[in-house]
Order: sequence, then C-alpha cells, then structure tokens
Amino acid sequence: MKKQQKPDNPSSSGPTSPRWADRLLEWFVAPHLLEYVQGDLQELFYKRVEQVGPTRARREYVWAVFHCLTPFFHKPLRQGTGKPISDYPQPAHTAMLRNYFKIAFRNLAKNKGYSFINISGLAMGMAVTMLIGLWIYDEISFNQYHKNYDGIAQVRRLYTDPNIQKTDGTDAMQFPMGAALKSHYHHYFKHILMAWWVSDYTVSVADKKIQKKGEFIDPGVLDMLSLKMLRGSYASLNELHSIVLSKSTSEAIFGDEDPINKKLKIDNRIDVVVTGVYADIPKNNRFGEVEFFSPWDLWVASNDWIKQNETEWGNSSFGIYVQLQPPISLETANAGINDFYQKSTPKEMADRAAKYGYEVFLYPMNEWHLFSEFKNGRAAGGQITFVWLFGCVGLFVLLLACINFMNLSTARSEKRAKEIGVRKAIGSLKNQLIQQFLSESFLVVILSFVVSMLLILIALPWFNHVADKELSLPFSNSFFWIISLVFIVVTTFLAGAYPAFYLSAFQPVKVLKGTIRLGRFAAMPRKVLVVVQFTVSVVLIIGTIVVFKQIQYAQDRPVGYNREGLITIPKNDPNYVGKLDVLRTELLKTGMVAGMELSSSPLTAVWNNMGGFSWSGKDPEVADDFAITDVSYGFGQLVHWQLMAGRDFSKAFATDSTKMIINETAAKYLGLKKPVGEFITFYDGKTSRQIIGVIKDMVRNSPYEPEKRAFFFLDANYNSASQIDIKIKPTVSATEALPKIEAVFRKVVPSAAFDYKFVDREFAKKFSNEERISKLASFFATLVIFISCLGLFGLASFVAEQRTKEIGVRKVLGASVLNLWGLLSKDFVSLVSIALGIAIPMSWYALTSWLEKYTYRTEISWWIFAVSGAGALLITLLTVSFQSVKAALINPVKSLRSE
Amino acid sequence: MKKTILGELEELVLLVVAASSDDVYGVPVMEQLQALTGRSFTVSAVHTTLYRLEEKGFLSSSVGGATAERGGRRKRLFALTAAGGRVLLEIQQMRQQLWQSIPVGKLELLGL
Repeated sequence: MKKQQKPDNPSSSGPTSPRWADRLLEWFVAPHLLEYVQGDLQELFYKRVEQVGPTRARREYVWAVFHCLTPFFHKPLRQGTGKPISDYPQPAHTAMLRNYFKIAFRNLAKNKGYSFINISGLAMGMAVTMLIGLWIYDEISFNQYHKNYDGIAQVRRLYTDPNIQKTDGTDAMQFPMGAALKSHYHHYFKHILMAWWVSDYTVSVADKKIQKKGEFIDPGVLDMLSLKMLRGSYASLNELHSIVLSKSTSEAIFGDEDPINKKLKIDNRIDVVVTGVYADIPKNNRFGEVEFFSPWDLWVASNDWIKQNETEWGNSSFGIYVQLQPPISLETANAGINDFYQKSTPKEMADRAAKYGYEVFLYPMNEWHLFSEFKNGRAAGGQITFVWLFGCVGLFVLLLACINFMNLSTARSEKRAKEIGVRKAIGSLKNQLIQQFLSESFLVVILSFVVSMLLILIALPWFNHVADKELSLPFSNSFFWIISLVFIVVTTFLAGAYPAFYLSAFQPVKVLKGTIRLGRFAAMPRKVLVVVQFTVSVVLIIGTIVVFKQIQYAQDRPVGYNREGLITIPKNDPNYVGKLDVLRTELLKTGMVAGMELSSSPLTAVWNNMGGFSWSGKDPEVADDFAITDVSYGFGQLVHWQLMAGRDFSKAFATDSTKMIINETAAKYLGLKKPVGEFITFYDGKTSRQIIGVIKDMVRNSPYEPEKRAFFFLDANYNSASQIDIKIKPTVSATEALPKIEAVFRKVVPSAAFDYKFVDREFAKKFSNEERISKLASFFATLVIFISCLGLFGLASFVAEQRTKEIGVRKVLGASVLNLWGLLSKDFVSLVSIALGIAIPMSWYALTSWLEKYTYRTEISWWIFAVSGAGALLITLLTVSFQSVKAALINPVKSLRSE
Repeated sequence: MKKTILGELEELVLLVVAASSDDVYGVPVMEQLQALTGRSFTVSAVHTTLYRLEEKGFLSSSVGGATAERGGRRKRLFALTAAGGRVLLEIQQMRQQLWQSIPVGKLELLGL
C-alpha cells in the first residue's frame, strides 16, 4: 500500500504540487496516515491554485508539508488511531538500535571488571579533558565581560636606543599626550582616558580602615568598560571628589546601608563622596581586581608632582586607555597615531622622538592576557603558550583513555567472534555491525560522561585552588551542552571506530568453525597503542621531575640577605612624617622587635631605575641605568646584607649621604678594579657619589634571573622612604609580636592602616607560577600513569586468560611459577622499554628548550631518566605481575579439564 | 475526569464536526474553522486534532470516497460519537453556569 496509484489526475496538464515535498511527505509520514493527509493537502492545493494562483499555492503546499513533519505523523501505529492500513508498518530503525543497546548492556554487566576499567579510565580521561577545556575557555574569554572588548586598547610606544640598536617599549606615557590625542586624533576614538596605575589604597570611614585596590582614571571608564551600575550612572565620576565602589567593596565598608552620598577618605588625605556602585567585575578580567574607581583629575589635584607635569613632555609615568570610534578599525587608528610624537608634539619632544625612533601603537584588550610578554616592545606570547600546552595535554589524556578502550575491545574480540559470526550468518551487513559497535561505545562514553561530570564536581574546588581560577560547570549554558554533545560524539568515534571496523571484518565461516586464529600481526596495533601510552606517561613523569627540580634549584639560590622575621608595611599616610623615630623607639621598647628601618622599595621588588650615570673608563656604548634603592642607616644590618668590600653606612661619618653602596653585579658591570673609593657621576654631570661598599647580590626580582646592577643611597631623613621594614626578634614568634607591633602603630600613627606583609611569603609568591605548573603537571602525570596502568591491567588479565591452557600444559610439563611469570610479563616489559627509548630523547629535547628560558637553571642529569625509566618499568611489572602470578598459580587440572 | 478536558482547538473542531450534517474530513473542517475564527490553520494541525479526538473516543472515523482532485486518495471521514456529544453538553453546561454567576450589570459597568 505504500506506493499509491495516482489515476486520472485532473491536472496532468495543469499545475502540480512540488514533487520533492510529496516525496518528503511520503518518506516521513506513517503509512496509515499518509493517504488521508496527502489527499487533504492535494485537495486544498488545487483549490488554492484557483484562488491565488499556482506559485502561491505551491508555497503554501510546501509550508503545510513542513508542518506535517512532527512526531505525531511519524509515530508507528498508535493504538486507536485509524486502523492499520498496512500489515507491515514501517519498520523503525530504532528497533535494531534497541537491540544493540540491550546486547551492549548485557556485555557490560557480564564483564564487570572490564567494564569498570573501561568506564573509569575513560571517565577520568574525559574529566581531565573537560577541566582543561574549561580552563582554556576561561583563558580565552579573559576580559570579554566588557561589551566593548574589541574596541578597547592601551596606548604603548616603541623606542630604539640609537647606540645599541635595541628596541624596547613602554606603556608609561606623558601627561600632555592625553590632551594632544584628544585635540588632534579625537576622530579615531570614542574615549581617551588618562589613568594612574591600579594600586593599593587605604579607604577609611570614621574609624574603619580597609585596604582596597583602586584606579584613578577619567570618568569615561564606566561607559568604556560597560560596567553594570547598581547605583548611580555612567556620569557618576563626573564630580571631582567622587568615588564609585564595587558591590563587594560597598558591602565591606557600609554593610547593608545605602552607600550613596557617604563620605570616604582615600589614604587618609583625599576626601571623596560615594556616587555609584557597580556589580563586581568577574575575576578573569584585567579590571577584575579593581575595587573602586575615582576620577583622574582628583588624583592630579591631590599630587603636586603630577600637577607640575601637566605640560611636561619629559616625564613618562601615566597610562592612557582608548576606545575606538566604532567604524574605525585598530589598523586604521594604529596607522593614524604611529607618528604621533613626530607630528603632534612641541619641537623639542619631536626631535627626541625622531632620534629615538618613537612609534606609538595600540595594544588591544584581546591581547592583554594571552600575549602579555613583550619582545622588542611588541606583544609576543605569554599565557598563550600554556593554553596550547595544556590543550595538547588534554587531548593526549583523552587519547590515552580512548586507546585503553580500543585495546580492551579488540582484545576481547575473540570472545565475541562467535556473536559476530552468528550475526553475519543471519544476514547482518558489515555496516550494521559497525553501527552496533559504535552504539556500544556510545553507551560506554555516555556512562563515562556522567561519571566524569561527578568527578569534575568533586575535583573543581581543588583545581580552582591550584590554577587560581573561579571555574564552574556552566550547566545552564546551552552552548556547554552542545559542546558536550560534540565531545561525546567525537570520543565515541575516537574510542569506537577502530574496534568497530576491526570486529566487523571477521569472516563468519572461519569464526563459526572455530578456526579463527588472529594472526601474528593482529596484536600489532594493540602493541603500538601501548607504546604510545607509555611514551606519553614517561614524558610526563620526566617533565614533572624536571619542573620540580628547577623550582627547588631557584628556591635554594642564596638570596644575599636574611628574610627571617622581616615584615614590611607601606608608609602611605602623611601622618608618618616626623613620627618615624618615635615609632622606632616605641617598637624597640616592646622587646619584640630587633629593629625598624626604611627603604624606598620593598625587599622583594625594585621600584626605581635611574639612567645617565658615568664613571671612569665607561664605554660610551653600554647602557647606564641602575636599580636605585634609598635606605636608612641601619637597613643593611637589619636585613643582614653581606659586605664583600668596604663598609656599611654609618652615623659616625657625617658625609655618608653623598656616598653609596653597590651590589656585586654592579661592581662587575662598572669594570673598576677596586670599586670602593671610586666616584660615580650623575646624569647632570655635576653631582657625584663615592662608593663605600660592595655587597653580595640580594635577590629581589625574579629568582630565575641574575640580579640587576643596583645602587643603594643613604636616606637619612626618610624623604624617599615608602616602606617600613621591621625585624621581629628571632626568639619571639610572629603571632606573639604582631599584636604588640600593631598596638604601637595605633598609638603613634592612629590614622594609618596596619597592613603588614611577610617578606618570606612575598618572596615565595615569585614561585607561584612555576609551582602551579608543577602541581598541574604532577596531577596530569599521575592520572596518565593511572589510566595507562588500568589499560595494561586489563590487557594483561586478558592475555593471561587467553593463555590459560598453554600455562596449564607448561605447568604439567614442569615449568615453575617464576618461569611462567617471566613468560607473561616479558611482552609488556619489552613494550615499555620501547616506549622509554622514544620518550627519553623527546623529553630531553622539550625540557632543554623549556629550561633555556631561565638564566638560573638546573641541569637535566642522567638520573632523572634512570629514575623515571625504572619507575615506569616497576609500575608495569607490578601491574602485569598481579595477573601473571595469578595465572601461573592456577592448578593445571582446572584449566585443562574444560574440554 | 482529566481525559475529558479539551483544548481550545479540540473543542472548536469537535463543534465543527457536530455542526455538520454529514460526515466530514480534514479540508472542510479546516475551512469552517477559518471562516469562523478568521485565523488560519494548517492541515497538519487539523489532522492531529481530529485523530486525537478519535483516540479520546469523541469521534469515530470511516474511510470514504476518493475524488479526482485528491489524486485518487480516499478520505478519512469523521462523525460525532455519543461520548463526544456528552462532552460538548458538559462543556456547555459548565459555561452556562459560569455565565449565570456573573453579577448583574457587571459587564454593563465595563461599558459592554
């Protein structure tokens, strides 16, 4: 009944309904409904042809056909709906699928051990891949919270030192540049915003003081960053003395109270009024750390030195952010402002720009995070390396898990050969068998997916902690589910394709006769897969060890001073002036403190660099900039710097404020035979300072880099001091001392916030990036090894089972347990040895190039390879032995009796 | 009884079938609906509703004559069953009750 006779069509000459639509209808609609629906559609069609003409009627016909493509019309016979017209309702292809799933479930349930290995291995692999996927997504979507993401950029400039032809770049611009951009280049930009750098401030109201990160920037920032204003508007920063708080800051300061129009003080000197509150910017944004915004003009008004620089082209200290005017592209704007200095600045500045080859360019927001390292002044790489690295690791882990699946499926093929034979004998096509095995792997993948979701939910808090992220599974995001679906399908094919094609190719006659002997090469792909697995595992083991070793090496590097018990407190309150000596006396009185001194930079950073120095025998070609730190009299003693020559600053010599101490690197750099007693002349050519001492390098910047050449000047009156350094007596514990120290601060300078930092902890932070990598690497390595071992375990147990009879015969003939153990383990050990042979040169090559990044680096010694190789072999033996010993111990009577 | 609750379209279709003197099939039902409501319906919607009503036992169907403009295809003709009549009466009764419980003059107050 499926094919309908179509007699005496009245319009064999007139217009007909579109054929393809009819075909579609006939294909889709259940046969017992088709006749009536199609009849009605046709009838209507001819009516409409007369009413509105053939074109429109056809269109309506197609439209109506599409409306019939609903489950209702497709359903196989529904009870009570019409009467079955055909005795053979359209066989639904779901029936066969149902059978496949049933068989798959039975197989899983029958071989619980294999199923467990399969599902747990795959689940773990998927969990890792998805975690990495989430991480990569987070990295890539950095800064995308802002609607104008594509148009926001920071202004940078390149300059080339004509002496050494070295190009470098900076994001610090001159104050008048903002105004010049606004007057000459405003057609490119929607916003041109002057900004100070994000830094810590003490925000206080009444007697409440909190440290908050803030940004002083032109008011357009609220609009540029498209912040979600909970209170106030984008005009909230237009008032000079205004401040806009993030929601969490507002809650921290005012609790549930309405913050609007409340008065605050920044650093106890700038008065502001709260004019707005914005929803917190998520952490994966450059401005995510900012907790309040205040107007740039207020910062200028509050800092005399900035005000004096309003028209000064000699001082580059300020940031400029821009947002492009929509149709303008980044390239156009870049080309437009490239020669800004040469064209739009006073002659003196333009000359300097020509001499140093100044070039202005925009550093777009989409590069801020992933391309944050600069080479020759241009953005070149950065975090993007890790995105690639972890992406590869994730793929590898998934691949390993899939390899397990493939191995176990093909290994078990002999067990299922009979089933395949029977299926083929009763007419199963190769295609159908492929479908069967794919649906089987689909089932396993779905199960693993569910398990992996659970694993992720468990592991996510830990992972967030290690990776310093705020990741979560976006369950409500439909995009996430689409990706998951794609992921499942891809994994199904990765894991199931090989077994599906392999198994479906069996010849039924041979299989059913029982003569199937998988040839000598049948196990070959399996062996290759094991080798791949172990190669990856060993590379990861070696990598982990080397990363650990490198961190250890840098941590053990002598730092040149004693950071034990040292704390620093920023001197950021005007009321400290004149009170510092009192503070020291009071602190010493507590008996907890060994000393208090001042410095212009904290011990774990160098904030000041100065150029233009000259000395006797200086090569005019070499750079003349040095790291400068101003310190008070007892600073050297406080931190225990190690004098190599000369003497420390001392109050006994009245002229010490015209002297200086240099570090070892500086002494070498200066190239003076006896640096102590020599004079260094400043850039103005008149002032000079005499060297009185040389100290061992103090590691203050990167522990992987050589310390910069540094000068230490005496700052007897604490004019440049920015940090208060306190040493707690070694005999006293920090928890005991801190409350006492705080009490002294409260008494002497009540307005200041007591925000202390331990120097050793600050120093440890310099390792956080490497430590993060090492933690993640060891995590992945462990997982990879585990997954590989799971696979090996399954494979070994299978081989042992297959050779039960052989083992029985051998035992009867007198083989010892040791013999049999060797026999069964030999194969796997040789596979792992091959893997070692591949992995060792590979990892050596990769790690050597990784280590080259660091100036202070550990060696890759032979024992690393030996240890990881031996470890891999040991793990293999342990895994395999469990099975082989079990097989070797079986009573031969049992294994031989079965026939 | 839950089963007797009818959707708007179901009720309309049932009424159209009840109102016609002969047994009807999809196209006339659809045209009637269009003429009455001014809304357009697709063949698929009408068919779905008809079959659903049959499933619920409010309509019965038989196979009817083929015509040339249907390409020789037969029609499925629908007729109201006793159960269908009953459910229409029930609905009418319920509506009437509700109408009667509208306070006197309320609609006039709204200017209707």
